[in-house]
Amino acid sequence: MIRLRVHKRHEPLGWRSLFIVLGAIVLSFGIGSIFLAIQGKPGLQGMMLLIRSAFFSVWALEDCLIKAVPIFLCSLGVAIAFRLQIWNIGAEGQYALGALGATWAALTFPTLPWYILLPSMLLLASIASGLWALIPGLLKIHLRANEIIITLMLNYIGILLLDYLVYGPWKDPTSFGFPMTREFSPGAIVGPIGSTRLNWGILLCVAAGVAIWILLKFTRLGFELQASGENPRAARYAGLRYDRLTILVMVLGGALSGWAGFLEASGNLNRLQPSIIAGYGYTAIVVAWLAQLNPLSIAIASFLLAGLRVGLETLQLDLQVPAAFGQIMEGLILLTVLAGRFFSDYRFALRRRAA
Amino acid sequence: MRKLSIIGVLLASFVLCATAFAQQKELQVGFVYVSPIGNAGWSYAHDVARKKLEAMDGVKTSYVEAVSEGPDAERVFLNMARKGYDVIFGTSFGYMDPMLKVAKQFPDIVFEHCSGFKLAKNLGTYFGRMYQARYLSGMVAGAMTKSNILGYVAAFPIPEVIRGINAFALGAQAVNPSAQVRVVWTKTWYDPATEKEAAKSLLDVGADVIAQHQDSPAAQEAAQEKGVYSIGYNSDMSTFAPKAHLTAPIWNWYPLYKQIIDEVRAGTWKSQSIWYGMKEGVVGLAPLGPMVPESVRNQVEAKKEEIIAGKAEVFAGPIKDQNGKLQVPAGKVPTDEELLNMKYFVHGVVGTLE
Repeated sequence: MIRLRVHKRHEPLGWRSLFIVLGAIVLSFGIGSIFLAIQGKPGLQGMMLLIRSAFFSVWALEDCLIKAVPIFLCSLGVAIAFRLQIWNIGAEGQYALGALGATWAALTFPTLPWYILLPSMLLLASIASGLWALIPGLLKIHLRANEIIITLMLNYIGILLLDYLVYGPWKDPTSFGFPMTREFSPGAIVGPIGSTRLNWGILLCVAAGVAIWILLKFTRLGFELQASGENPRAARYAGLRYDRLTILVMVLGGALSGWAGFLEASGNLNRLQPSIIAGYGYTAIVVAWLAQLNPLSIAIASFLLAGLRVGLETLQLDLQVPAAFGQIMEGLILLTVLAGRFFSDYRFALRRRAA
Repeated sequence: MRKLSIIGVLLASFVLCATAFAQQKELQVGFVYVSPIGNAGWSYAHDVARKKLEAMDGVKTSYVEAVSEGPDAERVFLNMARKGYDVIFGTSFGYMDPMLKVAKQFPDIVFEHCSGFKLAKNLGTYFGRMYQARYLSGMVAGAMTKSNILGYVAAFPIPEVIRGINAFALGAQAVNPSAQVRVVWTKTWYDPATEKEAAKSLLDVGADVIAQHQDSPAAQEAAQEKGVYSIGYNSDMSTFAPKAHLTAPIWNWYPLYKQIIDEVRAGTWKSQSIWYGMKEGVVGLAPLGPMVPESVRNQVEAKKEEIIAGKAEVFAGPIKDQNGKLQVPAGKVPTDEELLNMKYFVHGVVGTLE
């Protein structure tokens, strides 16, 4: 009699777990192509078209990078809080506040030269979004308020604040009543790199990514985050400053999401308008989770997810599949990758037992 | 055998040439929609016209749906332009700046933007005088209400929507001077759950006709569940709420789209702002429901003829705003410029502009 037994792995799989992730993605694409075939579209070619139009042209790579920037920054922001097991799901609101802070500077000092104005916008974006994220941090420490609820609710308040300003005091008088601020002055716009559509904000992403990686991997603070996250009570007993760490990850994470808001308003929209709210803050949570809170993996996952969204538009255009197919593919990938994680943590053995 | 294969090769190359030639002459037309096409609503109405264009000889169409306004839109327009589309229609206001940017990079492609106000050499704008049909639907609602409270689920406080609400209110007051219109903003074009909640909040304050400026039929369903009447929008929504649906001001984009495509093919197209009304058939009223009495039908039909013939204007002075301030003096008619810039509610509308 043969029995299948499941054991927890004692040693982590390490780089070999990459194969499991790849296998999961291939599986989700396989299921996706079956869905296409059911709709009467060419399944396999459709999936090839999706990959080709997402990653195999200069334009596509450019589009993916542009789209990946806000997802990456927001995801990095929530990931450092998740490390401490603080569930900050307020990246959406912190992103909105970052855009507000930057826009305030851009509209108030339009004549300043770029080398003063852009850093001020960055600073104000950090302050506004950092303070916004500080609120749930303080409430958690002093009132034991659940940060999941508070950060979620602050998202709605932040977005309504943005709406109020662009529909009201900040509305462009020449916009025929449509909700948008004036276009930023040239000094308030993060310019494009050469003749591409990509802007210099990507450097900010690289810098933030490297800095967070060093912080988590090589500093005492990073170690404290890891230790406190795994067991807050033991960490307190060992003299680690759990409350201060909470404040730190909230403010730092909030500021990172705020940078994303600043870059979207300045570099991509060149003004503030309600459509800046595009759900990046929620996508970020999925990405952070897929990437197991590792900065490099977050960069890769943001890029791949951005690519998926870019490629799906071409799939729509060329094959006329419905837009909902994009959400189905995203859901499939998330599901298979997370399910695949089971195979990284456990191993299987076939045992023959004497009858 | 050899002969046969030569004939085969010749035939095949002939077919290839012919298809290549046909492809060269085929006009590629792309559409960008802000919401999923679905079975009713704004994008659906555009897509009905797109399908009719597709049936024309030598016209090939495609679309991308659910494209949010903002940076995503620019990418979608760029993608279409790079793929060599000849005419690109953008059907949401928020596509204005992205379309302008892309139009400048592709001067040989014709761009047409629905509801915007920025023109370029190869970027035209088009829209319809929906307020004319709104006025007629307001007459129906005003005649059918018992509580004299009409509910209006509205998307964004922008001139297009405000103009529609005002026209609706003026139409209702024309047949029922004590009718008032209550407005709730959803701040979204398409979100069925939010739209339904907004409709319910209006039902709670006693509204017995629900009108809407939204893309989904959710508000219609809310009205039917409560057993009151409703006015649809964009396309005939009677199948979603047959007992409630009185009528709907609807879009018929095909004549306008056909005109633009014909002009492009004839080489006579040039950038301009098109604002067509009931006369050109771009806007109209869906068939009135069986619950609407004959007298109301005749009244609405008569008014419709007058508007089409240019004998009646929807907005004609004196028009007072909701605070009683005179906005249009007696005997005056607002200019198109003033209509496009409308930022006040007329007397009898209850709601804020934010």
